Amino acid sequence: MANGVLILAELMDGKIAAVTQELVGAAQRLGAGPVSAMLLGSGVEGAASGVTGVEKTYVVDDAALAEYTTDGFTNAAAAVVALADPAIILLGQTNAGRDLGPALSFKLGTAVAMDTTSLEMKDGKLHTTRPAYGGNARAVNGFTSTPAIATVRPKSQDAAEGGSAGVVEKVAFDASGIRTKVVARNVAASEGVRLEDADTVVTGGRGLGGPEGFADIEALAKELGGAVGASRAVADLGWRPVGEQVGLTGKVVSPTLYIAVAVSGASQHMAGCSGSKNIVAINKDPDANIFKASRFGIVGDYKTVLPAFLAAVKKVRAEG
Amino acid sequence: MHIVVLVKQVPDWDIPPSSFKVDEAAKKVVPPQGVAPVTSQFDAIAAEAAMRIKDADATTKVTIMSMGAATARDVIKQGLAMGADEGVLLTDAAFDDLDSYGAATVLSTAVKKLGDVDLVLTGRQAVDWDSGVTPTLIAGMLGAPVITFGKRVAVAGGTVTVERVLPDSLETVEASLPAVVSVSNELGEPRYPKLPQIMAAGKKQVTTWAAGDLGLDAGTLGQKLTLEALYVPVVDTKVEIMAGDTPEEQAMALAKRLQDAKLI
Repeated sequence: MANGVLILAELMDGKIAAVTQELVGAAQRLGAGPVSAMLLGSGVEGAASGVTGVEKTYVVDDAALAEYTTDGFTNAAAAVVALADPAIILLGQTNAGRDLGPALSFKLGTAVAMDTTSLEMKDGKLHTTRPAYGGNARAVNGFTSTPAIATVRPKSQDAAEGGSAGVVEKVAFDASGIRTKVVARNVAASEGVRLEDADTVVTGGRGLGGPEGFADIEALAKELGGAVGASRAVADLGWRPVGEQVGLTGKVVSPTLYIAVAVSGASQHMAGCSGSKNIVAINKDPDANIFKASRFGIVGDYKTVLPAFLAAVKKVRAEG
Repeated sequence: MHIVVLVKQVPDWDIPPSSFKVDEAAKKVVPPQGVAPVTSQFDAIAAEAAMRIKDADATTKVTIMSMGAATARDVIKQGLAMGADEGVLLTDAAFDDLDSYGAATVLSTAVKKLGDVDLVLTGRQAVDWDSGVTPTLIAGMLGAPVITFGKRVAVAGGTVTVERVLPDSLETVEASLPAVVSVSNELGEPRYPKLPQIMAAGKKQVTTWAAGDLGLDAGTLGQKLTLEALYVPVVDTKVEIMAGDTPEEQAMALAKRLQDAKLI
């Protein structure tokens, strides 16, 4: 009889990623039985103790999992599921999760709800809520098959704190079924604060008119110790690297302060920043959608407002 | 080399959020008046990916396939105008409101019926449900490998090579054909057909298949994921617009408010 919740633990720079404890927190709050974790990769066993608040952590540690491949991770996860027999499986909506969720659902003959932002049990069954139609709507889904699988948007859930590490159980899997091969990887060089971790994000939109408009954005981000973000239009136009894109198909950020400059606030952009604690908008169009989600705003041209704002920030900070 | 591009017709996503409406009882989006449905953005990019492969090797055959209402013929025609060779429209009342699994069942069955397909290209996700599940399910049903989020797709010697877009890296992945590849917006804009191509598209063949043609019926397309509710979220933030006669005054007002709120 399927029971409990199994979450996918992930590593970031060799340590358990923040999203993992968020998944543990979400799983605990469901109250749907024991919570266990699975950690898949090569040379990952030592990190398993970093997952806390779970009864058990299943580890598939195999050289064939050194690089993420759809088949490798799907087969490894399926081997864990066969042992753990969970009623619910939660993954982060991460690089791995957004690819693995659908593949695992097919392998297990069940369904997956992607990019969910809230989860609850109703009459003993999982119900998930997720943004749809570019963030314009919310869809609530139920499942007719077990296990129910959901990917969960990073930073949408409060992380589990405390608790002890689970008992580690090693699981073997058959690595012969991997049909894709990673032949190259180019890691984008990033400077300064990581966008997803930044407490302040300053984002520029198409309204800046060109890549040169980002000089002021960079200066403001530097002054505030924050990171630079870009709208999808800006990334698609090649003004800024893809890694800076905030939105449905880019990064999801939830800083304390999100300053959106010349960003119209299309729903797909808001999907990436609506978790921010305070949104500030600078836009010359008073009807821009971004103002609807903002706490503070300036209606004006960034060309004059931004240099003035940078000077004002320096002044008030100098005066304490 | 035969490529099938899967395209979906969706309500125009590029409308102001204020004109987006949902019929909560029917759990359906109410299409805005006078705005024609369009090709899901990433699917048009998948068609572009196919055309780039055809540019490099003119012997490549490209079929545009869409499941949907009879009006989905319009999005097939758009792909044909971009330079695709043939179209297949899958339309039947039994195909309405399917979940990803049901949709993948119909599409994969139709791809199998075509018989000689080497590569299936799709968008990374449809811009209505934003799930990105169907490409992987289709690959599973076809018994083929899947590579998701491609920004460059090339084929040579029975192998597909895909540059995958990840937030902090670009990875290059290979698989043997037949395979399924989903593409992302970083691939580039879809080409804009010229009038003679649009005229020529009108003469290209579009085959229509219903459930019976695929040996399917409503009973075999059961839902694994149910839609319990669909609604428009309420946003109750009230913005405070900074007063001031000059940019300097507005900027100083904002800096002070942020300092008072301990945000800077």
